[in-house]
Amino acid sequence: MRHLTEIRWHGRGGQGAKTAALLLADVAFKVGKQVQGFPEYGPERMGAPITAYDRISDSPIRVHSNIYNPDFVAVVDDTLLHTVDVTAGLKEDGAILINTVKTPEEILPLLNGYGGRVYLLDARKVCMATLGQYFPNTPMLAAMVKISQVMETDVFLKEMETSLQHKFERKPEVLEGNLKALRLALEEVKECR
Amino acid sequence: MPTKTRMSGNEAVAHAIKQINPDVMPAFPITPSTEIPQFVASMIANGEIDTEFIPVESEHSAMSAAIGASAAGARAVTATSSCGMALMWEVLYVAASSRLPIVMALVNRGLTGPLNINAEHSDSMGARDSGWIQIYAENNQEVYDNFLQAHRIAEHKDVHLPVMICQDGFITSHAVENITLWDDEPVRKFVGEYRPEHYLLKEDESMAVGPYALSPYCMEAKKAQAEAMKRARKVILDVASEFEKLTGRRYGFFEEYRLEDAEYAVVAIGSVCGTAKDAVDALREKGVKAGLLKIRVFRPFPAEEIGAALKHCRGIAIMDRAESYSAQGGPLGAEVTAALYRAQAVSKTVNIVYGLSGRDVRVEDMENVYESLEKLANGETEFPEYFYLGLRE
Repeated sequence: MRHLTEIRWHGRGGQGAKTAALLLADVAFKVGKQVQGFPEYGPERMGAPITAYDRISDSPIRVHSNIYNPDFVAVVDDTLLHTVDVTAGLKEDGAILINTVKTPEEILPLLNGYGGRVYLLDARKVCMATLGQYFPNTPMLAAMVKISQVMETDVFLKEMETSLQHKFERKPEVLEGNLKALRLALEEVKECR
Repeated sequence: MPTKTRMSGNEAVAHAIKQINPDVMPAFPITPSTEIPQFVASMIANGEIDTEFIPVESEHSAMSAAIGASAAGARAVTATSSCGMALMWEVLYVAASSRLPIVMALVNRGLTGPLNINAEHSDSMGARDSGWIQIYAENNQEVYDNFLQAHRIAEHKDVHLPVMICQDGFITSHAVENITLWDDEPVRKFVGEYRPEHYLLKEDESMAVGPYALSPYCMEAKKAQAEAMKRARKVILDVASEFEKLTGRRYGFFEEYRLEDAEYAVVAIGSVCGTAKDAVDALREKGVKAGLLKIRVFRPFPAEEIGAALKHCRGIAIMDRAESYSAQGGPLGAEVTAALYRAQAVSKTVNIVYGLSGRDVRVEDMENVYESLEKLANGETEFPEYFYLGLRE
């Protein structure tokens, strides 16, 4: 396991990329890590490209800059591949995770020659099968935990169950769907290179 | 037992307010400080605290209501940023000159224009002469700890001045990081009840707050206010020392990081100091004697102590997250340079403006600053004008 893991999230305003980054920091804290989860704000509006970041470490984190050479990148909306250089600075021994219904043949040419590992996940399919609504950040969070190995996936699921129980105290029917979404995402995410 | 948890800088301030449970909080929302009154309003709605929240129609009204509450004898807090504090401008001076111990959470954001919402110190630096005590934080832990100390400083009988507790907008206000929270009971005991000696609602004492003063009296009042700011120096250190006994965390006017034997030093305020510490460590590994002086207290300005801490350095970069349009650098640059002159330092200095409107500063940027200091001290470069870090050509 790496000493410091740096993760960059790309999404569009309203899709929950910032929430995913903050949830990842939260669950990493719960397993004893030093964490930093923060958004980079541009224009605050639905649909605008947004970036969020995670630092997860075994020692205190002091740096307060954005992340330029991430170990991992998550792309919550594949239309961003045409407009944002999502692989900029991404380490070749790291990986990128993309939420898409497209095939690897369609996606790979859009990665600006990135030569590292590429993972694809159809988060909409996972959401519809488990939640009945499209909240892509939940499956993307689970897939990122699996890819980045910042913690064991069974520890992650256990921690998420505890925090979701607390969050959905008054809506227990939502809890099961979210847990199913996390589990299904862990199965569905596929390495395509 | 202290609680190890994680939260954003805004949440940390809201938690401090919850523990303090002030009497009154008038506030008007403005990015990036909006979450603070939002969280506090929720705590009040949930019955966790019984602070009187006053939703006002502007920041001028927020500060005016805080002044009224504080003059009446209540413990008053508020929160704002940037243009919000600019709209308080007139009444900031009224709060300070009326000697009202109001505590304000200021989430630093640049003043317009161009219009933007990100971190810059132009808001608080512009108010540096308003008579408020100013205390800055590097991260969420520090802004929480500073807020807990603020009332003790403001309300001390030797001080009676308002305090602004500053943190960098978004960079710390919206970043979730690890933090240690102190237990409610010891915190409440530490902060104590507010028992003012003189206040408007005191039945058996008539008094006026903020009356007109003719020139035979005005200057004496201002001198008395200036003396209170001088006395705040000792109170700030005494409160910090008591806070250390409670928490084990040490605070002073500034933090010296690997400065004792440093040849090259950076002087800065706020979140960039964490980034600078990583640069210092990286350079020390390469044998460069780099160090950092992180300002915590900017008002009162600890000139003598800063001069003494820095005068052994060969090269010093003073970094301002604000442009003062003086055509010769920023406010911190001017004041630290003056402090060095009074300390009879012979160090080469340069003033750098950085991070305006949230412009990001990386560890490598800070390493470059130290490298330019080496060149400056070795006479390889001319005495530079102040310059901008990371400016796009």
